[in-house]
Amino acid sequence: MSRQLSNETLIEVKHIKKYFPIKKGLLSRVVGQVKAVDDISLEIKKGETFGLVGESGCGKSTLGRVILRLQSATEGQVVYNGEDIHSLGSGKLRDLRQDLQIIFQDPFGSLNPRFRVSDVIGEPLKVHTNMSGKDIDARVVELMELVGLDASRRNRYPHEFSGGQRQRIGIARAIALNPKFIVADEAVSALDVSVQSQVLNLLAKLQRELGLTFLFIAHGLNVVRHISDRVGVMYLGKLAEVGPTEELYNKPLHPYSAALLSSIPKPNPALKRERIILKGDVPSPANPPSGCRFHPRCPLAQDRCKAEEPLLREVLPGRQVACHFPLLEEGDLQRMASGRLG
Amino acid sequence: MARKILEVNEMSAGFFVNKEILKATDRISFSVEEGQTLCIVGESGSGKSVTSLAVMRIIDYAGGMILEGDIKFNGEVLSEKDQDEMRSIRGNQIAMIFQDPMSSLNPVFTVGEQIAESLRLHQRKSPKDAMKMAIDLLREVGIPSPEVRARQYPHELSGGMCQRVVIAIALACRPELLIADEPTTALDVTVQAQILDLLQQLQRETGMSIVLITHDMGVAAEVADRIVVMYAGGIMEEGSVEEIFSKPSHPYTVGLLKSIPGFEAKTEEDLYTIKGNIPRINQLPGGCRFHPRCPHAMDICRREEPGFFQLGNDHKAACWLFEEHSDESPLSPRINIGSQGEVTV
Repeated sequence: MSRQLSNETLIEVKHIKKYFPIKKGLLSRVVGQVKAVDDISLEIKKGETFGLVGESGCGKSTLGRVILRLQSATEGQVVYNGEDIHSLGSGKLRDLRQDLQIIFQDPFGSLNPRFRVSDVIGEPLKVHTNMSGKDIDARVVELMELVGLDASRRNRYPHEFSGGQRQRIGIARAIALNPKFIVADEAVSALDVSVQSQVLNLLAKLQRELGLTFLFIAHGLNVVRHISDRVGVMYLGKLAEVGPTEELYNKPLHPYSAALLSSIPKPNPALKRERIILKGDVPSPANPPSGCRFHPRCPLAQDRCKAEEPLLREVLPGRQVACHFPLLEEGDLQRMASGRLG
Repeated sequence: MARKILEVNEMSAGFFVNKEILKATDRISFSVEEGQTLCIVGESGSGKSVTSLAVMRIIDYAGGMILEGDIKFNGEVLSEKDQDEMRSIRGNQIAMIFQDPMSSLNPVFTVGEQIAESLRLHQRKSPKDAMKMAIDLLREVGIPSPEVRARQYPHELSGGMCQRVVIAIALACRPELLIADEPTTALDVTVQAQILDLLQQLQRETGMSIVLITHDMGVAAEVADRIVVMYAGGIMEEGSVEEIFSKPSHPYTVGLLKSIPGFEAKTEEDLYTIKGNIPRINQLPGGCRFHPRCPHAMDICRREEPGFFQLGNDHKAACWLFEEHSDESPLSPRINIGSQGEVTV
């Protein structure tokens, strides 16, 4: 990889938890908690793209929102510029919002249908800066050209644009204030392959030109591989594994990452791959299994996994995994696929 | 050569919108042999779902109609049958699975009742026998403790489980043809792997034919025997799965394969893109429908729509590039896919 990554940490997430109460009955008594994000710590370096993958319901979107304080954390800190975002006052938080932006999944639901495109993109400028209407318009034109939209269409409404174009509008809005950090929450998942590749290239271009840092949340494992420098794999509110993209994709250490990666369908019929098919479904985060949360579905689970929760630890340089028995040996993967291990 | 179970000839289907006819599929022809899996691949708006609605003749209920051409199933012409006759074929000889398992089940009936329903209707089973068979079917599609599950309602099951129930309903009457419209798109990859495995296993056991509609080239590579690539209502390329993936020839197929991210190690280079957007069906360009987005577009592409050119055994593409090079085409923008799935041009 030719792009030099800095070692400077931009965002540090420390033991973040987000629990949603389950209420029942007339008095709305709290009878339990959905542990959507349960004690996650990670660092995002300046200028990198950190990919977050996992199946639906694993808490990856909640984590993205909690990092931006779009939702408050139950516990824990998110440190940006030496300050904890979750303990800032409202005035300071508002200033900080200029640095931290988000691109949403649904290009149909995330744009106000009654706003012209110029208003959608110009709104953050109106809120956060003292720019005159004329200056804002000039900036909107500049932004639309930057994301590859025809700026002469800026006085039209969102429904007049296609899905890919709408996602570009969402991106233009996110970069309007020159942010430092952008959470892209399933930003290309709703798009067709031919349009998806255009938007991915745009995000890469913007990162090069504007020096952005991305947290790229997606369930599409191939997309994450393409765009990310490092990847975190989530399962039931916890990080199962964190590592540099290529190392993780070539040699997953956690049995869950291995199973997840092996189930990507590859566009090559000659590859009759060794698929690891997991039993059962993802358990409910309201009542996660004891010990390692993956143990009921893990083909390698042993007694220790049922009793003791594995902590995320560094087993190889730069590679963290939360598993008592990581797949370190050569050939572990093959044995796991054939079910002969453990 | 195996018997052809489904033949679609020059079929156009479309909808009336504001007194205008919008053709969602334009004179498409393909066939499915017994025991074979045919994948129809395309992006949104390519007409792949309309094709399945037309074959099932439920397009009539969706506000559309078959405009021309015919559909033959086991030698019978489906496109001339009335809905009463269709009703005895649908769910009995041809079954269908839809994309969203949650919304294709009825929330106020137990899953057992829903599976038993088609057995009672089509095979005149008694309610008791039908329920017994429903439980067997649930076991067959890999649902643990089927006796308990049969008495549960759809909301009590997960997405993957619901899709298994939908498959059980589809298979209840042992159809000869199963049409699956994006059966795994709403599911997570690990569950998708389970469902694709299940479909292949059931096909081996029952010998049914499958038409699988998908936008995912990866899924197609995995399950298909033959592939039909559709774009904006027309068929661009058709061939055996080996031919399509080893020698993709139509510029659209090539572009589609090259723009899939992440099958090779990350590079600094940009991902290949097909420029522009998918056209709306009421704004199709003249000539070849792909020419405004095609990197190889020539004069003739703007003027005239290409027919199919044979590219060797069991492989054809609708592209003018192959006009003079019907056999071996030096112009063809070939790409190779290596053993690890990496794509090189």
